Amino acid sequence: MERIRNAQVLDRVREEAKEAIKNSRCRILICAGTGCLAGGSGEIYQRMCELVKDNPDVEVEFAPEVAHGPVEVKKSGCHGFCEMGPLMRIEPQGILYTKVQPEDCEAIFQRTIVKGDIIRHLLYKQDGLEYQKQDEIPFYKKQTRLVLKNCGHIDAEHINEYISTGGYSALEKVLFTMKPEEVVQEIMDSNLRGRGGGGFTTGYKWSQVARQKETARYVVCNGDEGDPGAFMDRSIMEGDPHKMIEGMMIAAYAVGAQEGYIYVRAEYPLAISRLRTAIAQAEECGLLGDNIMDSGFSFRLHINRGAGAFVCGEGSALTASIEGNRGMPRVKPPRTVEQGLFGKPTVLNNVETFANVPMIITEGAQWYKSIGPEKSPGTKAFALTGSVKNTGLIEVPMGTTLREVIYDIGGGIKDDGEFKAVQIGGPSGGCLVTPHLDISLDFDSLKKMGAMIGSGGLVVMDTNTCMVEVARFFMNFTQNESCGKCVPCREGTKRMLEILERIVAGNGTLEDLDILDELAQTITETALCGLGKSAALPVMSTLKLFRDEYVEHVVDKKCVSHTCTAFRKFIISPERCKGCSKCARNCPVGAISGKIKEPFTIDTEKCIKCGACESACAFGAIHIEG
Amino acid sequence: MSYMTINNRRVAFTDEKNVLSVIRKSGIDLPTFCYHSELSTYGACRMCVVEDDRGRVFASCSETPRDGMVIYTNTPRLQHHRKMILELLLASHCRDCTTCRENGVCVLQKLARQLGINYVRFENTKPQLPIDETSDCIVLDSNKCILCGDCVRTCEEIQGIGVLDFAFRGSKMQVTPAFNRRMAETDCVGCGQCRSVCPTGAITIKYNVSPVWREVADPNTRVVVQIAPAVRVAIGDKFGIPKGENSLGKLVAALRRMGFDEIYDTNFGADLTVMEESKELLERLESGQNLPLFTSCCPGWVKFCENRFPELRGHISTCRSPQQMFGALLKEEARMNEADKRRTVVVSIMPCTAKKAEILRPEHMTEGEQDVDYVLTTTEVTRMIQETGIDLAVIEPEALDMPFGISSGAGAIFGVTGGVTEAVLRRLMNSSNVEVLEEISYTGVRGVDGLKEATVLVGEREVKIAVVNGLKTAGELMERIKTGEAHYDFVEVMACKRGCITGGGQPVPIGPRTKKARLEGLYKIDNMAQIKLSNENPIIQNLYQGLLKGKEHKLLHNE
Repeated sequence: MERIRNAQVLDRVREEAKEAIKNSRCRILICAGTGCLAGGSGEIYQRMCELVKDNPDVEVEFAPEVAHGPVEVKKSGCHGFCEMGPLMRIEPQGILYTKVQPEDCEAIFQRTIVKGDIIRHLLYKQDGLEYQKQDEIPFYKKQTRLVLKNCGHIDAEHINEYISTGGYSALEKVLFTMKPEEVVQEIMDSNLRGRGGGGFTTGYKWSQVARQKETARYVVCNGDEGDPGAFMDRSIMEGDPHKMIEGMMIAAYAVGAQEGYIYVRAEYPLAISRLRTAIAQAEECGLLGDNIMDSGFSFRLHINRGAGAFVCGEGSALTASIEGNRGMPRVKPPRTVEQGLFGKPTVLNNVETFANVPMIITEGAQWYKSIGPEKSPGTKAFALTGSVKNTGLIEVPMGTTLREVIYDIGGGIKDDGEFKAVQIGGPSGGCLVTPHLDISLDFDSLKKMGAMIGSGGLVVMDTNTCMVEVARFFMNFTQNESCGKCVPCREGTKRMLEILERIVAGNGTLEDLDILDELAQTITETALCGLGKSAALPVMSTLKLFRDEYVEHVVDKKCVSHTCTAFRKFIISPERCKGCSKCARNCPVGAISGKIKEPFTIDTEKCIKCGACESACAFGAIHIEG
Repeated sequence: MSYMTINNRRVAFTDEKNVLSVIRKSGIDLPTFCYHSELSTYGACRMCVVEDDRGRVFASCSETPRDGMVIYTNTPRLQHHRKMILELLLASHCRDCTTCRENGVCVLQKLARQLGINYVRFENTKPQLPIDETSDCIVLDSNKCILCGDCVRTCEEIQGIGVLDFAFRGSKMQVTPAFNRRMAETDCVGCGQCRSVCPTGAITIKYNVSPVWREVADPNTRVVVQIAPAVRVAIGDKFGIPKGENSLGKLVAALRRMGFDEIYDTNFGADLTVMEESKELLERLESGQNLPLFTSCCPGWVKFCENRFPELRGHISTCRSPQQMFGALLKEEARMNEADKRRTVVVSIMPCTAKKAEILRPEHMTEGEQDVDYVLTTTEVTRMIQETGIDLAVIEPEALDMPFGISSGAGAIFGVTGGVTEAVLRRLMNSSNVEVLEEISYTGVRGVDGLKEATVLVGEREVKIAVVNGLKTAGELMERIKTGEAHYDFVEVMACKRGCITGGGQPVPIGPRTKKARLEGLYKIDNMAQIKLSNENPIIQNLYQGLLKGKEHKLLHNE
């Protein structure tokens, strides 16, 4: 790899990289995000590589003008459309094949690559339409992909691909044309706010670090993305690691830090390996290390693997963990900007925040502010999951409404069900319901609704969801992940969980609802850290919006969505039952009896509510009462 | 001077490090479990929450005081939160107060009464954990732990050992040695400082009360007691006697009524130590070998040095501690006295939990028998006195027994940091002239700093002295000695801050006022003593001519 000694070399390398990509006859980008890998994209990649290797001189029909270059097979980062994975993008046409299987590879190669034919059954279809090109698919068309722009389009394991897209030009710009304080000012002017949950103004944070007396400083990237169902940061680290690294370097230049740490959860092995590769390549070509591009600026970057504690996403717990201590939040002041990692002033931002930085530098703060609301500008990546047709990773301008996200991008509710609520912000967040569908998704509007953007998890729920069970699920998560330091969080969440478990098991009382309220207040107001303070939010918000459901559970002993097993009562409809005895034979506890050719009955005392009879019945005669 | 408004009253403050200190200074004793001024701020119990004029609720221990702050400490909201926190703590805590060692001392119990917790709405669903009784000094009962972390920080920040830490998370969190080891398998030195700060019965003293009662009741046993210097200024704590007052005479009277046969003073043992240790120092100064000489009176320190700095072991004085010298002497005397057919049992009353382990060390056995049979801490003896119903406050003081009932003031100050050094210096200067004594006390060996340094002239020779209290400071000093960065001739170390007066076996709580009173109490005893120098103790002189003759090494030194 060529050593990039100065800005001129960087420009030349970029031109060469662009040229190389342009010259390739065809680029086959196979999604190697975690979801697609799990779906078998690794094998698809192998097969395609072999096919290309076995047919070195293949004529590529659709690109005769660049026929001198190679056919390239690349592993890309997450394309975002996880619901349809494994995904394969074929360039230069921009064809997107969905749900590709290894056995499709031969056909793809022979028909699409060689002959230029489209394989229709691999195309995405929606509302009777077929979409050949990725950009035309509504899921992508309605998005504004800025941070995720390169994800799925470049090979994340080669620095030149990033450079070819204009990568490291922002670094070049700050190093050679801007003073550190100008960089801080630019970020401050852009109103960029931290994407990790709090929404703190990034520029202000940097300026606080920059003005500390202590000269040893650190830049730390929080890649400890722990919310259930959130994978925005993972996708960036896996799909475009250099963008985030460049953002960190710009931060380091701005605040005068020479050393940085990336804290990634150990559950993200692919992200760790891609980051390692990225750092190694950046070091090899001189974009990381001493005297970068002869500018006098030096920066070293380390990777630190988290050991699976959700609480380490909290700033002071994260720095404690890097230091080798138990990951527990500490009291503030002093704040991280004053005494963070190793007691030194520290810039701590999350992955997505850093990934926003290069484009702000390149395009300018004014441009950035023109996207979304002025006080909360830019785009936000969301992990869209749950009962929505198109699950996956999306990016929209701040201020987009929930309706646009769920119906336009997400394609509406799965199985054409009815929307009930969306849980936003993970275990620290709250619920939004139908009347909230048109509010703008940005930090301030959500805060007013008692919810938070959090890191960007969006779990869509339909009417088949029990909100008490949702609250129990998140409380179970929070209780397991509480570090145990402060009493309200450690003991309070335990008691809230016990009560919620009692309610879903049919043993709750009305008094329990009051105790839940009381506990929630104390936890919210007295817990030590941000995670503790928000631990009760899912319960508070469901208790406020769906109190009827709670009351139904404790008074009527009923769960309308039939989610809570304790309330299920299986019955056999005598009109439909043919008396075949199949249900009785499938019942594991012998709760069903009857005479052949006469309707059978279920002994509800013995029934364990497993539903084996319901699935066994060929006549649809068994269902849950109510 | 800045001002803040606390509950509508203007309160002045200067350099208080947090709002909690200002509140407490203003006369409101806001409850806490995890706040100790000598430890780092942990902020976990959340009992000290206050509310400001904008309705923000925050923990006062971790907020810097600002001029013009307006805070409230007792709004209905705060009352609710505090009660809820306490209820939550009690819910996961065993509530068998009546059978708990810390009944009456427990802070959790005290606050439950103070805040009026009348019910606990949650069941204790915590699994019961085994009690760790493997240590000779303390007992760890995690079931009573409220996870305030006071012990963890004391062991780490004050003692620099870090035996205890948190393991597991959320409601499964525990305070335990690393890798689930038992206490006996750790580097614990037995100082018991964790026990002194523990607000509940989670860390308690290893009790030896029952076997001592049995010995006392046995007519065929002669139970001899020795009382350590720091005990006399703390034993009165639970009997309403003013803090720091010398209650030796009252304790003697009580012990005699309880059935102990002979009652002596460890100050006498201290006098022996001064004789031997000053002799050893002179020898080492002469030969120039094994300098600096480390004191050996404190078993916590000795164990610490052996664990952490085994290469420096040779520097530790070969002298036994006052307890062990006295024990060996008492047992030897008993062996010589063939007329008395009774079995002699030596019990020592100590401020210290580590002494319980010291008596079990193999070098403290003679002819297969322990030189000291039992160590009772001040706290245990307090309980024994309470059990008998004797009111220490009103009992008439009595004198110690003879022949070992006379000791010097030098022996008394062994109970505070710098005391051993001062006693040895007196011996080396060999003058009971008031001016000389004062000069020694002003060399810098007195005071509560972690590390004190002094240089004195012994004859022609300048002797460089370091006096340390607290093992963390000791560890730092040892590192400097090891690297050759620091040079001393004599180093005194006391494991506990301020010396034995704050020992792990002393009655708690030990607040700043109590510490000061106990320290002053011991210096007062010295001031009142007619004999200031150990070598002027007439019994000591006789002993060296009699019983000890030719046996100094056997009885008073370790190999």
